Amino acid sequence: MAFGRSSRVKQRPVEPVTLKILVAGGFGVGKTTAVGAVSEIRPLRTEERLSEAGRPVDDLEGVESKTTTTVAMDFGRITVREDLVLYLFGTPGQDRFWFLWDELAQGALGAVVLADTRRLEDCFAAVDYFERRRIPFTVAVNCFEGAGQFPAETVQAALDLDPEVPVLLCDARDRSSVRDVLIAVVEHALERAARDGRPVAT
Amino acid sequence: MSADSRRGTDPGPTDSGSTDTTAADPQSSRWYDAEAGPVVRPYAMTRGRTSSASRHRLDLIALVVPEPAAEDPGRDQTLAPEHVTIVELCSDAPQSIAELAAELDLPVGVVRVLVGDLVEDELVHVTRPVPPAELPDVNILREVINGLRAL
Repeated sequence: MAFGRSSRVKQRPVEPVTLKILVAGGFGVGKTTAVGAVSEIRPLRTEERLSEAGRPVDDLEGVESKTTTTVAMDFGRITVREDLVLYLFGTPGQDRFWFLWDELAQGALGAVVLADTRRLEDCFAAVDYFERRRIPFTVAVNCFEGAGQFPAETVQAALDLDPEVPVLLCDARDRSSVRDVLIAVVEHALERAARDGRPVAT
Repeated sequence: MSADSRRGTDPGPTDSGSTDTTAADPQSSRWYDAEAGPVVRPYAMTRGRTSSASRHRLDLIALVVPEPAAEDPGRDQTLAPEHVTIVELCSDAPQSIAELAAELDLPVGVVRVLVGDLVEDELVHVTRPVPPAELPDVNILREVINGLRAL
């Protein structure tokens, strides 16, 4: 099948612009689920069973039924157009993998901080990280069944967020819900770029 | 990267009294097959190199695009099977470093070295993702928003 092969090579593939958005948040808050909900490819992930070794370290209160956790990269892809591809990277959930964040954050267009109202303090670190690096982010409250429902304003106040930071309620399992969160991130990045007249990527 | 972090969470073979489901029977708490990790240690594929000759550190979302010379990578006898696989994976559509790492089930660091070899041999080139100081500009962001709305 030499013909098929050579014709494929002659027609050079388009070289898309690639962008990335990070999905951060505490352990077990639904980052992998959110990435999987919107990704067009089978989410590529390295998930490992939470081992005995992690048990004293990883606080499972409120997420006792979770048996696996992401310890490495976890990402999905959305082809916006033939020449524009968005990659989503779920950041490692536990504090001891923070060293992986700086590489992921390099050149990121924006970030989503997923929050669980039962364990709101778990997302403090992520909020702090993106604030310090001036990476545009939104806070998305993943509405777990059985968790108290709070209006977005309450979460905004509880996290002491800058008023311009969008806070949304979402369902990490739902494609359109996660898509709306991503749109909010990009809109926020756009507003900031327009206001500052400076590059969005950091 | 992934191999290192994985090692940190593998249930150890000697954990006595482990209640982990994978090691429910203490007699069977040994590593078998995939549990034992790859037979060839990842950095053996790079002959021990942890960085490539190319000056640029390859971003996770940098795309690997085959050059015309890559039409028949099997012809070059100096290439390892992993090199050939990378070229083949990219020939249908350009693949990012992250996707290649996931597809090959290799640490990102290993994939960077292997792709660096292919760049050196002029079998592929790598797109530079948006340089931090220049883009994405507001037009690209608007296109992303429109594209997401259309999903």
